[in-house]
Amino acid sequence: MNDTPLLSIKNLNVAYGSVRAVSGISLDVYEGEIVTLMGANGAGKSSTLCAISGLVPYSGAITYQGQSLRKMSPDRLVGMGMAHVPEGRGIFSNLTVHENLRLAAWTQKDAGKIREDFARVFALFPRLRDRQRQAGGTLSGGEQQMLAVGRALMSRARLLLLDEPSMGLAPVLVREIFNILRDINRTGVTILLVEQNANMALRIASRGYVLETGAVVLQGASEELRDSPRMREAYLGG
Amino acid sequence: MNMRWTIGVGLLAGFGLCWAIPHYEWLDPYVQLVLMYLGINIILTASLNLVNGYMGEFSVGHAGFMAVGAYVASILTVLVFPEEGSAYYFPLAIMGGGLGAAATGLIVSIPSFRARGDYLAIVTLAFNMIVKSVLENLEVVGGPRGFMGMEQLTTLPWVYVWVVITIWILRNLVYSKYGRGMAAIREDEIVCDLCGVHTRRVKISAFLVSAFFAGVAGGLYAHLLQFINPRMFDILKSTEVLIMLYLGGMASLGGSMIGATIYTVVMEVLRAQGGFRMVLMPLLLIFLMLFRPRGIFGLKEFSWLIPWRDLLLMRQLRTRKEVPRASAEG
Repeated sequence: MNDTPLLSIKNLNVAYGSVRAVSGISLDVYEGEIVTLMGANGAGKSSTLCAISGLVPYSGAITYQGQSLRKMSPDRLVGMGMAHVPEGRGIFSNLTVHENLRLAAWTQKDAGKIREDFARVFALFPRLRDRQRQAGGTLSGGEQQMLAVGRALMSRARLLLLDEPSMGLAPVLVREIFNILRDINRTGVTILLVEQNANMALRIASRGYVLETGAVVLQGASEELRDSPRMREAYLGG
Repeated sequence: MNMRWTIGVGLLAGFGLCWAIPHYEWLDPYVQLVLMYLGINIILTASLNLVNGYMGEFSVGHAGFMAVGAYVASILTVLVFPEEGSAYYFPLAIMGGGLGAAATGLIVSIPSFRARGDYLAIVTLAFNMIVKSVLENLEVVGGPRGFMGMEQLTTLPWVYVWVVITIWILRNLVYSKYGRGMAAIREDEIVCDLCGVHTRRVKISAFLVSAFFAGVAGGLYAHLLQFINPRMFDILKSTEVLIMLYLGGMASLGGSMIGATIYTVVMEVLRAQGGFRMVLMPLLLIFLMLFRPRGIFGLKEFSWLIPWRDLLLMRQLRTRKEVPRASAEG
């Protein structure tokens, strides 16, 4: 683990009109980690991710690889090795699986590298290979989530921002997806994971932050959080 | 590979026919005139389809681009190019009209970065009105009286050639990386950004190409009528193109051809009915929206309009054969 974090957020504020979604969050993600951001609905998890991706205006400082992300357009961020899988997966439902993946290799000009990327994604998600010619919208929820993650990997991301990959999925599928996320992490991809399912998130994450009404109320290593009484009571169900 | 030959021979035969019809007077001049209008309408509809159908924006000011093309091309032939050999300068004038329209398309694409849907529709509507009132106030081009002095340079073979060029270029664009980007913007623009797609570049290229061909259509129109005035290119003209587009179907070049053909022919057949035809067409559109909301040919395509490689993949899917890895990628 390096001393300088890959992604660093200092005193982040996000507001939608007069509604403050995030007030003064600070967090660090180091290279090679899985860090999870937990909290209930409206705690400010997604807003934090959207601020990192430059989708919402914010105040505070966000740095990635030591570089400020202010005024940076989302497609530049992809070029810098950051990929955001949005909440609700964001599959292009009328495009085929193949087209969905191909699109995410937008900045890649080398056909050979694109072929490598396809091979890498299909190795992780063999089911996507079988469904290549199918429209994205006809996939099941779990397959769509796989496609969304696969799409993020097509851009050779170093940092994955995942927004609730467990949403709306059966427990078996959630476990499968999380196992794959752990495999992806082992290949050297850093992951910032936003989750409501704290149990599952803490199982694969090394550290976690808990948000409540836009502020960090708890943070620490996964084991510590799992043992914390407050965490047990509020999120882990006793 | 057989299909390529068939298409090539078909295109040549079409050209031969378009050359022979006026040369040997096989058809009534009036029918020839309608055929030329039909070609111009196909160019207009197909080019609007790029922005409205494939990219899913709602541009309602297509006649504005057409006007720019018509005026630029006419100024070129009447005031700039020498009178001698005007027939040879004609393709240049049409190109000039297209480029002029493309330049305005660039301007319109800028608000599209931020506005979508109804808001972009209002912007394009305003653009159409601005073009019309600028032309009405430009005395150099005759103001509201209009501009004339063009020779009738638009002929059936020329219209045919431009239709083929339009469809060919649009087809190549639609099945390219940028075409995929347009479809993705139609689906979800934010996710498109997150995937690293240069959405601005995609939008600019769609508006540029769309406006270019609208300008080409305008140039052809001007040199067919030999007279243009700003009122010809008002909201009603834009609406006409929209009707042809929705009649034929979104995101389908074949649909654009069908829509333009049906509209042009029906309007001509009903010409004797006078004002009544203005009632019938909207009625047709209402029934269409009720029973076939995607349009006659929406999201479908003639197989000869689909590039060979894509067609091959589609067939493989249909017969459920294993897709060979090499051709499945790239």
